[in-house]
Amino acid sequence: MIRFEPRGPVAVSRTIGVSVTAAVAALVLAAIPMLFAGLSVLDAYVLMIKGAWGSMFAFTEMLTRASPLILTGLAAAVAFRAKLWNIGAEGQLYAGALAAVAVGTGLISGPSFVLVPAVIVAGALAGGLVMLVPTLLKTRLGVDEVVTTLLLNFVILLFVQMMLEGPMQDPMGMGWPQSEPILDEAALPKLMDRMRIHWGLVIALAASLGVYFLLKRTVWGFEIRAVGENAAAARHAGIPVTATFIRVGLLSGALAGLAGVGEVAGLKGYLTADLSPGFGYSGIVVAMLAGLSPIGVVFAALFIASIFVGADSMSRATGVSNYLADLIVAISLLSVLVSGLFLRFRIRLAGTRPARESAK
Amino acid sequence: MSDILEIFMSASFWAAAIRIATPLIFGVVGALICERSGVLNLGIEGIFTAGAMAGWMAVWLGAGLWGGVLVAALAGGFFGLIHAVLTVPLGLSQHVSGIGVTLFATSLSYFIYRTALPDVSSPPRIEAFQPLDIPVLSDLPFLGPALFQQTPLTFLALFLVAATAYVLYRTPLGLAIQAVGDNPAAVESQGLSVYGLRMGTVVAGSAIMALGGAFLTMSAFDAFFFGMVNGRGWICIALTVFASWRPGKALLGALLFGAFDAFQVRLQTEVGSFIPGQVFLMMPYLLSIAALIVVARRADYPRALLVPYFRGQR
Amino acid sequence: MALPAKDAPVLLRLDGITKRFGALTANDAVCLDLKQGEILALLGENGAGKTTLMNILFGHYVADEGSVLVSRGDGDLSPLEPGSPHAALEAGVGMVHQHFTLAENLSVLDNILLGTEKLSTLKSRRAPARRKLEDLMTRSGLAVSLDMRVSQLSVGEKQRVEILKALYRNAKVLVLDEPTAVLTPQESDTLFAILKKLADAGLGIIFISHKLAEVMAASHRIAVLRGGAKVADLPTSECDQRQLAELMVGHEVSETVRGTGAPGDTLFILTGVSAGESRESIRDVNLDLRSGEILGIAGVSGNGQTMLARVISGLETPFAGSMRLGERTLTQANARTMIDAGLARIPEDRHRDGIVGAMTVSENLAIEAIRKPDCQRFGLLRFAAMREKARAMIDAYDIRCQGEDSPARLLSGGNIQKIVLARTLETEPKVVLAAQPSRGLDVGATSEVYRRLLAARARGAGVLLISEDLDELMRLSDRIAVIHRGHLSDAEPTETLDRGTLGLRMAGHTMEAAE
Repeated sequence: MIRFEPRGPVAVSRTIGVSVTAAVAALVLAAIPMLFAGLSVLDAYVLMIKGAWGSMFAFTEMLTRASPLILTGLAAAVAFRAKLWNIGAEGQLYAGALAAVAVGTGLISGPSFVLVPAVIVAGALAGGLVMLVPTLLKTRLGVDEVVTTLLLNFVILLFVQMMLEGPMQDPMGMGWPQSEPILDEAALPKLMDRMRIHWGLVIALAASLGVYFLLKRTVWGFEIRAVGENAAAARHAGIPVTATFIRVGLLSGALAGLAGVGEVAGLKGYLTADLSPGFGYSGIVVAMLAGLSPIGVVFAALFIASIFVGADSMSRATGVSNYLADLIVAISLLSVLVSGLFLRFRIRLAGTRPARESAK
Repeated sequence: MSDILEIFMSASFWAAAIRIATPLIFGVVGALICERSGVLNLGIEGIFTAGAMAGWMAVWLGAGLWGGVLVAALAGGFFGLIHAVLTVPLGLSQHVSGIGVTLFATSLSYFIYRTALPDVSSPPRIEAFQPLDIPVLSDLPFLGPALFQQTPLTFLALFLVAATAYVLYRTPLGLAIQAVGDNPAAVESQGLSVYGLRMGTVVAGSAIMALGGAFLTMSAFDAFFFGMVNGRGWICIALTVFASWRPGKALLGALLFGAFDAFQVRLQTEVGSFIPGQVFLMMPYLLSIAALIVVARRADYPRALLVPYFRGQR
Repeated sequence: MALPAKDAPVLLRLDGITKRFGALTANDAVCLDLKQGEILALLGENGAGKTTLMNILFGHYVADEGSVLVSRGDGDLSPLEPGSPHAALEAGVGMVHQHFTLAENLSVLDNILLGTEKLSTLKSRRAPARRKLEDLMTRSGLAVSLDMRVSQLSVGEKQRVEILKALYRNAKVLVLDEPTAVLTPQESDTLFAILKKLADAGLGIIFISHKLAEVMAASHRIAVLRGGAKVADLPTSECDQRQLAELMVGHEVSETVRGTGAPGDTLFILTGVSAGESRESIRDVNLDLRSGEILGIAGVSGNGQTMLARVISGLETPFAGSMRLGERTLTQANARTMIDAGLARIPEDRHRDGIVGAMTVSENLAIEAIRKPDCQRFGLLRFAAMREKARAMIDAYDIRCQGEDSPARLLSGGNIQKIVLARTLETEPKVVLAAQPSRGLDVGATSEVYRRLLAARARGAGVLLISEDLDELMRLSDRIAVIHRGHLSDAEPTETLDRGTLGLRMAGHTMEAAE
């Protein structure tokens, strides 16, 4: 029989320790499928590290991959803080991308300093509005948001496909289901010559600082934390719980929408229905790995991005499927859940002074 | 208008409705068994994928169709066990653990499939289940082709609905499952194990979910494709709420859903020329959301759903 | 009261039970015997270790030292496997918990059957069970409809189901944890009559209580626990209430003295308020609260108190009637408007509604005022000001914690209640709603709560005290009204009331006769 004893205040160092432990555990556990696939584990990891950190090109590719992950990670982190289970970042990302393309391909014209902000705002707004639907269904009608956000992912992706085969299809695209290219004035500028890395990273880093500030220093952040930790007590204490959920929903959706903006306006330049390789779902892993800390999200996103970019490169070299990356990411989520227990509890075996029980 | 009537009059329509409903029946029954004991299992989407891949691969490797079904159920039980350990004795978030199991089961299935079959251009096929030829019933006019020309897995699904209803309402085990989903302390104070019951239902429920996946690769199709589950698991979670956690209603809900889906596919051939196909493809998901909205106000959730139980605590 | 025979066999023996929770010793080498046909009262304050002891007996907890011995029929005592409710049930120990352990979605019959049949059995055998239970009910006088869903039962009926559960399993020892906490005095009398009948039929019974009068009236023997240790074990005939009170508390007991109040103008009025559906609802409630008085609301648990408190707290909007606080009419109220109108609310479930456990003491002290200029400027939190204020409140209310930045979940129940008292009373509210304010608190914390409520009354606030503890109500209230099935009686001065009258009204008797 296992017993959990609650711990006192949690030191930041312990929080970081939990995340690092989980990441290492995931890498160790992933060795099992790697062995089955006939890989030399050590060689594979060396290849992955080289693929993600080994050259300037690799490093910027990794950062480029991390940008949307930071944003979807923040989307999950801020929502989960309020116990609003937004599992729909994938759909919100596409909504943001679609809006960015709608605005950025000639709907309005103007110089960069008008178009770029317009594209960003449109994407954020679209993502936020998409998340507003399940949020309102939750607060008004009591519909569980987990399932609605999950189902909306499919609806939105189909809607995007419909637009890409219909009104928004590129007439010069030779029949491919893709949008017209974003105007140069509407594109997010590159950060470095001859590299794909773009201003989406700066937006993501700024968003992480912004969310940190919001949660830590503001009344709204206080209310989000209170609602997430104990909604009943928050309501009793006069905190506007419904309004808080709506704010969180809008913010979370907007962050995911921004991820979509970065991918179309910063990286690809046009929209296709395979824009995201599951950034929305990986964002959940990023958020959990970061212990829902907005600053931690940046580091967790770098880790996950390294796995993806590294595994792609390793896969090219060895021929082993790059689904290995998804596998490591999934194991990370499960292992961070378990290692999180060590953060909140001292774990003891039966008979050795359990204290989770209250002495009455 | 007469075209629409014609759709309902055709035996193939009803046969299709039942065929579409079958994986959902497995999924909803599995989900409701888990939830009745107080554990939400969002691993369902991944468990479908794992069941589809594992069952198919077992047959492809020569295990035989029923061997494949067994392997699928074992795979489902394995991922169910992971979810059960994380959420029951460890008491971790059922939401996050479920999503984690879905990601894990999906990526592991894809990885194994890709590792076993590195460079195939078109997915290899197996000899899938064929419709059963039931004496007399299958030969009835209209009713025969409409209802009784299904594969054995469909009949297995129907049997599981009846068995689940019987166990839940008529046996001591079922009473205990209902009680542990309402008030675990009631179960423990009567000398039963809360953890044992919950872990048991999650493993069993997950094994049944996996059969829904197996139906896809071994009955509906004869090969495994990436993304073939396509949200069916999430639809089952919605249908479980819609069915008020009752096996009979779950069957009804899944059949209604299958009928609607079959109907819109046929409608699509009628009006598809001026409505984009995606609108029809969205329907199952929108319908699931609509079902949730309809029952939201009076949904009678098991009281202990999502609430972890720690002994000696209240 | 007829004593059990001197040579009656011992059914149960607790031998040197010690249980520690961290630094706290909940049970300190407790020894206890229970004979056949005996009713033993286990007396002690909240926190004295009574419930812990019984939870060890029943296998919910494992003792650090000592053992539980049970008679196996032939008179020999053999040790009970620790940590196994199943083993306790097999050995004939039945327990009625304070919080009922019933599955609300099942029928009474199914609740009783639960766990009595092998899980691998293919069919629940309800018919023979029904026959046995009907026989048990006639013999014991415990009547309840077997086919009702438990969710439809009253509190008293649920308790009967709990006792039947034990009897159905042929219990030889029956343990009841605070069985009268949720009953009217009359219902308690009935319960004790049934217990006596069961004891005469050969059952050994332990009931846990902190109420002196009922312990004196209904037991053969009394064991007193204090600070986890047994400090007395006497035949009831050799005890008197005063001596027991001192044994229980450890020093001479000073009663909280209410003194005479000086009620002023009417402050807070409810007119025809109706809210909620089904069991937990209120209908056409009228109430007026004056400044400088404590108005008590008595009632059996589950008669609408929770809904009344929720409405007044602004958590539930009534569908009829109106509320007035001073000059303000409060319709479509929410918690915020209630707080702003000058209404302090002490919730009945302080862990659920009172604090956010993961946030700090300082944040919990500020939570109701978080949008006030004290705590924020331009939407930005003023941490220094919040901390400073928290430190002052921690001092003033003697909140025992590891500083204002420690998480509130680490505090004891009494200190959590002090956080709630501090942040709500700090603003000198006009009206104080105190719902079950002393529930589960020890003597010290309880008297602190009483002192604060009386102080609020003394400075002119009106206090609405909702409680299930008649002694507490009679001690603190200037007037008392009774709530029954969602209807509230007119309030009458406490001096004109006694426990008997209140008990009858709590059961709905007098009111129905008067109508």
